[in-house]
Formats: sequence, structure tokens, C-alpha cells
Amino acid sequence: MSNAIVQLSYLIATVLFIFALHWMNAPATARRGVFAGAGAMLIAILVTWAQPEVVHHGWIIGAIAAGVLVGVPLSLVPLTAVPQRTALSHAFGGLAAGLVGTAKYYLWFAEGPAHLTTFRMVAIIVEIILGYLTFTGSLMAAGKLQEVKWIPQRPVTYPFQNVVNIGLLVLAGVVGAALTLNPTAAWAPGLFPVVILLALLFGVLLIIPIGGADMPTVIAILNSYAGLAAVAMGFVLDNKLLITAGALDGASGLILAIIMCKAMNRSFLNVLFGAFGQTQPVKAGGDGKVYKAETIEGGAQVLEQASLVVIVPGYGMAVAQAQHKVRELYDQLKKRGATVKFAIHPVAGRMPGHMNVLLAEADIPYDKLYEMDEINSEFAQADVALVIGANDVTNPAARHDQSSPIYGMPILNVDHARTVMVIKRGMSPGFAGIDNELYYMDKTLMLFGDAKVFLSDIVKELAAVRA
Amino acid sequence: MTETLDYWSMLYVFVLAAFIGLGVIRRVSRLLHTPLMSITNAISGIAVIGSIIVTGGDFPREIRIMGAIALFASMTNIVSGFLITDRMLKMFKTDRKPKADTRS
Repeated sequence: MSNAIVQLSYLIATVLFIFALHWMNAPATARRGVFAGAGAMLIAILVTWAQPEVVHHGWIIGAIAAGVLVGVPLSLVPLTAVPQRTALSHAFGGLAAGLVGTAKYYLWFAEGPAHLTTFRMVAIIVEIILGYLTFTGSLMAAGKLQEVKWIPQRPVTYPFQNVVNIGLLVLAGVVGAALTLNPTAAWAPGLFPVVILLALLFGVLLIIPIGGADMPTVIAILNSYAGLAAVAMGFVLDNKLLITAGALDGASGLILAIIMCKAMNRSFLNVLFGAFGQTQPVKAGGDGKVYKAETIEGGAQVLEQASLVVIVPGYGMAVAQAQHKVRELYDQLKKRGATVKFAIHPVAGRMPGHMNVLLAEADIPYDKLYEMDEINSEFAQADVALVIGANDVTNPAARHDQSSPIYGMPILNVDHARTVMVIKRGMSPGFAGIDNELYYMDKTLMLFGDAKVFLSDIVKELAAVRA
Repeated sequence: MTETLDYWSMLYVFVLAAFIGLGVIRRVSRLLHTPLMSITNAISGIAVIGSIIVTGGDFPREIRIMGAIALFASMTNIVSGFLITDRMLKMFKTDRKPKADTRS
């Protein structure tokens, strides 16, 4: 196949990738984006495979078949497990970049010094450092999200942690620089794996001090790294499709990470080096604070009177598998003529946009899902704000309590509603380990119990009142 | 000399693509950020290009083993990424057709 056809195909694939992302701007066109992206990928694979230098077809078929065999089950995981799957996918992306960079270095080393130009060496070093640190970092993140037993959930910290981490990265950079300056020295092939090991170690140490609440941001950052590793691979292989696709990926991760950081009022550096959620803060307003527990009947009565209900779902709802009961409640309230809206905080769930997907699965229409900025002014008109399994994103302490770890974080104005109802398993603090002063307000009714059972009882109660 | 020029063109491509990416991604609906992430997972599977060349080339066995693992990893990303994106996107619906409303 002539070079012109190859380049033209890659160019078409690039355009299709851009359209694939462009069509994600609305749910109505988004599925078209999947077809565009898959088409582009098919073109890229076939054109590359048809290159004359590719001769071992059996190996390729075997590896592709194995990828399909693992990929299909991975696409069928429950939606609560999508964050882990995503992290695992970043790990695979990083691994692929790292291995290709490693392979290319040793190939070129064997073929002769002319191949290992300074530019290529820099690109290779960047590729393997980013690739391997993304690999182990993402595996750690996936493990934390999956709640694998031997990976600590709470942040692990030790003295001089940041110094050690940054020192490791600097060391990897220094060794990489030495290799770049002397790529063909006799000791170079022996030193190369040192960079790999340092990058692998750095990936692990980078994620160890990061707490569960920061996972959405971390996943987005790792997404960006995986993309940049692909860009570096493009520089190594002189391939512009790799560069553009990797840049799109990197840009996406970067934007999502920025959105997540803003939603938590944190900076990038603070997320990566701040070890959030490891301190055990004092109780809101001290001990002896009282809350009002409410029964199912009482809760149903309040809902029965409401004309505008704003439901605030959190990850706790998904853990309790209560999405479908929420949908039933939504139907029941709508039948009674009430307006029901869903308030989605940007960090609701465990990855960017996670809550929207969880609710969409329960057939809740997406035009009823409102993001924080759209809905916050409406809480004041709401008769009931119903909080299901959400915690920190509703805590008014974020507005005024400067000693609170979440001070300054934008929150949903749940406390502005006429009545606040909170469905919760118990009075334990949330993911970030912070007590919520919302629970002690006069207008707040606490409904203790399993969200799924509770909601189905309330739905029954409402239906009975209606009849 | 020509090689130097080519490096510059690669850097140009990277910078321009990054800006296009930022522009396009910024307009992606917030509703779809999870599917966005899974479709970019699939797109990052573009590492197949490098993997196929390393796996299929006439290289020493160890090199090709590295390539095959990379190819497996990339292919897993492509397959699972596109499939799960489509699976999630299918779930996004607006209000069902207004059912026979008994409003008088």
C-alpha cells in the first residue's frame, strides 16, 4: 500500500475521531460518535496491518483475539463498576505505550546508533515514564475503587512523602537524561530498565496517599497521562494519527480533571499531594446535637403535599441499588402532579458524570437531571429536597466553616428547601469522613434505613394515599 | 535537516490537536462525561498502530512478545471502550412519549 494511501487513511481516521468527540455534545447525537470512532479505529488497524513490514500475522491475530475475549466481558460490568473499568483501561493504555517505547529502544539500539537521535530518545523516555507510571498508578486506582482488600482505601501517608515522590520522579528524569545523552553507551541498555522501575514505583506511590473522595479527579488525570503517553509514542514512531488521537485523549482528561477540581475547590497539586480525607475531623457543632428521625408514614405525608421535589442522589443510592426505586418514586410523585427534578453535583458518584449514567440506567429521563449551577437557585422554591445517599456535597459547612476540610467546595443548596429529607443508613460520616451539619437543622427529617427498602415503602405509602 | 523539520511538524500537529481537543471536549454535555471518558479510553487504544508494527515486524522474539502484550492491551481498550460507551448511551432517554394523560 503506497504511503499516500496510508497517510490519507490516517487523516480520515483523525477527522472521524474529532467528529466522534464532537457528537458527544448531546445525547441525541452521541451514539453516532461511537460509530465514527469505531470506524476510525477499524481503518487505522487495517491500514497498519497491511503495511509490508508486518509479516507475523499469526501473532497479531492471537493478540487481537485475546483482546476481544477480555474486552467484551469488560464492557458488560455493572454501571457501579464503570470507574474501576475506566481506571483499568488507563492502565492498559499506559502499559501499551510503555512496552512499545521499550521495544523501540532496544530495536534501534541493535540496529545502530544513527536511529537513536536526541529527539527520539527524549520521546522514548517521556513515553516510558508516562506509560509505566500510568500503568501502576491506574492499577492502584482501580484496586482502590474495587475495594480490593490488600490495597488500603484510606490515604497512606508517611513523613517526607512528597519529597520521596518528587525525588523518585526527578531521579527517573536524571537517569533518562543520561540515557538521552549517551543512548548507545555500553551501559545504556542496562540502565534503561532502571527508568522503567522508577516509573512503575512512582505510579504506586503517587496513588497511595490519595483518598476515595479524590478518585474522580485522579481518574481524569490518569486519563490525561494515558493520552499523553500515546502522543509520545506518536513522536517516537513518527505517526501523526497517534499524536492527534493521543492529544484528544489528553485534552479530555485535562478538562475533566479541571472540572472535578473546581467542583471540590481544590487545585491539581492539592489533589496529588494533599492526602485528603485522612484526618478525622471534629463533629459538626460538637456533640449533643440532635436530629429528627422520621417514619415512613411521616415521610410519605410530607412528599404527598409537595409540588416541587428536588431529589439529590449520591453514590450511597447506587450502593444500595436503589435507582429503580427512585424511578418508581419519580413516577408516583409525577402522577400526583408534582414536579420532580434531580440535582447532580459534578462529583456525585465515583467518576465524572457517573450519577447521570446510574440514573439513566433506571430510565430516568435525562432532561430531568440538572447540574449544580442550573438547579441551585431552585432549591429555595422546592417543598422537599430529598437526599438519597449523598453527603458531603450537601454539607452547608462548606460555605461558612473555615475549619472544615471541605470549606469552599461548591455545594448543592439543599438547606434552602422548605423541608429536607435525608435517607441514610445511619449517622456515620461520608466518604471524606466529615460530619454533615445539614442533618441537625430544624427542617431536616432523617429517615434511617436501607434506601431501597425505604423508598419502596414510601412508594407503597404514596400509592395507598392516592387510592 | 529534513528530519529536524519533521519534528517541528509533529510538534505543530500535537499543539493544534490539543487545542482542537480542548475546544471540542469543552462542549461535551456534562450528562455524558462518563461515556466521554469511556470513548476516549477506546480512542487511546490507537496505540494498536505501534503495537501491530512491533508485533508483526521481523524482529527478535522478545521484542514481539512486548508488542503482542501491547496489542492485547490496546485491543482490550478498543473493544471494551466502544461497547460500553454505546451500552451507556443507549440508556439516555428523554421522557417517554407523553402517555395518555388523564388530565381534564
